[in-house]
Amino acid sequence: MMRDITIGQYYPADSLLHALDPRTKLIGTICFIVSVFLFHTFPGYGVATLFLGLLILLSRVPVKFMFKGLKAVFMILMITVVFNVLLTPGEILWKWGILRITKEGLVLAGTMAIRLTYLVIGSSIMTLTTTPNQLTDGMERLLRPLNKIHVPVHDIAMIMSIALRFIPILMEETDKIMKAQIARGADFENGNIIQRAKNMVPLLVPLFISAFRRANDLAMAMEARCYHGGDHRTQMKPLVYRSRDFAAMGALAVYLGIAVMFRVMGW
Amino acid sequence: MGIIKAFKLGFDYLKYDEDGNVQDTQRAVDDVNLDIEAGEFVAILGHNGSGKSTLAKHMNALLLPSEGTLWIDDMDTAREPELWKIRQKAGMVFQNPDNQIIGTIVEEDVGFGPENMGIPTENIWRRVDDSLKKVGMTAYRHHSPNKLSGGQKQRVAIAGVVAMQPQCIVLDEPTAMLDPNGRREVLEAVRELNRQEKVTVILITHYMEEVIHADRVYVMDSGKVVMQGTPREIFSQVETLKEYRLDVPQVTLLAHELKKSGADVPDGILTTEELVNALCRSN
Repeated sequence: MMRDITIGQYYPADSLLHALDPRTKLIGTICFIVSVFLFHTFPGYGVATLFLGLLILLSRVPVKFMFKGLKAVFMILMITVVFNVLLTPGEILWKWGILRITKEGLVLAGTMAIRLTYLVIGSSIMTLTTTPNQLTDGMERLLRPLNKIHVPVHDIAMIMSIALRFIPILMEETDKIMKAQIARGADFENGNIIQRAKNMVPLLVPLFISAFRRANDLAMAMEARCYHGGDHRTQMKPLVYRSRDFAAMGALAVYLGIAVMFRVMGW
Repeated sequence: MGIIKAFKLGFDYLKYDEDGNVQDTQRAVDDVNLDIEAGEFVAILGHNGSGKSTLAKHMNALLLPSEGTLWIDDMDTAREPELWKIRQKAGMVFQNPDNQIIGTIVEEDVGFGPENMGIPTENIWRRVDDSLKKVGMTAYRHHSPNKLSGGQKQRVAIAGVVAMQPQCIVLDEPTAMLDPNGRREVLEAVRELNRQEKVTVILITHYMEEVIHADRVYVMDSGKVVMQGTPREIFSQVETLKEYRLDVPQVTLLAHELKKSGADVPDGILTTEELVNALCRSN
């Protein structure tokens, strides 16, 4: 049951988007999110759709992977749409008891649905084309200025990448402990939610103990290999902007310019 | 003077009560004197709780002596400013392969040590290529460590240490969690490093079979070094080893029993071939 969960949904392929620097992709995603909120008319969303479609084509990731991410937010999406449709005041199109549907409500619900969907797909494109490690690297570099105000950027990035490395190990361990407990008569399948949660306790305690032990071992191994934080550290795979990154930045700037223009002109 | 030298080394594990006062001390290493020459293959034997792992952690300055001194290449491990130099000189491989691999890709893990030492990028790549070749893991360089077998993971860990170009490698029970195949792989890699690269190896173990090829063996019991000598010298004292709860290799035991019941075989037989030869001669 636990095997299916994967954090980071990287889809390996050989495409322009995969080859881009993770920083470019991070900035690009932020720009896209901003643009989705800048556009506020349906012709505007048309432009965003075109841009998104182009990205999906460029990424060479099958479209169904793009929509996988939507499953997770489907409930939120539905609730937003229903509430917006039913509770927005305005020109009434249909009425039944206290329920009414207004023209404004439909427009607002549509807008929200489009925005949410595009947000999710936009960020999916980034996570699908970037390995978790590249992502942490990219974030570390982008957030480096925060070092000046004493945010331990390097340490946070290191924590994230270690967490990513240990997820599969701890999953396996959970599975092992679970089987050991089941062999001794533990029941993880039956009962109501509260009972099931209670049954998880004998699973969590050994898992936590083992996680702490691993953390201790790992800390020692890191120290033994001269790890002493981010100072004076070099990188095996430093991030370098290449010409394709500058081209991508240019394209982004044009796209963002169009978004701003749509907003200013009120199109 | 050797590359690793210990003088009257002692270490206490302290147990604190809730107020942070010392409640109990436990002697883990007691009056240990060592002198290990550069290029040697030294094995430290002992059963669980004999203090051998504690001693190993001193060689990397992960633990600092409570008493006495330990020098790595003439540097006192208790001196703070030398800490990173010492750790670079004496690399360390631990028991659990999963808990010492930091990178999510094999080659990135091997590069972790050199990155920490501030080696320029091109040099890191050269070192990574080199060390992966030395342990025979080049084919797996782009793999995730989670997909490797125990022996392969341990070889990656060794490569990670080799990439720091240490003068000696301390291996703290590197084979304890491996199957026989993995154990052979790892030992092979270690012996190769010792022979080809002249790296000083300190192998800590409780498997007697692993120390046969060592130049020198130290036996530890309750924190003290109780025996030292060549493997042959050590294994000829079967009765003493039994007292320290150590099992001698099967061949050695067989030769010992044969001798006790009157056969004409020398003490300290280490391999099957030796025993066969000795028996053939005696006829």
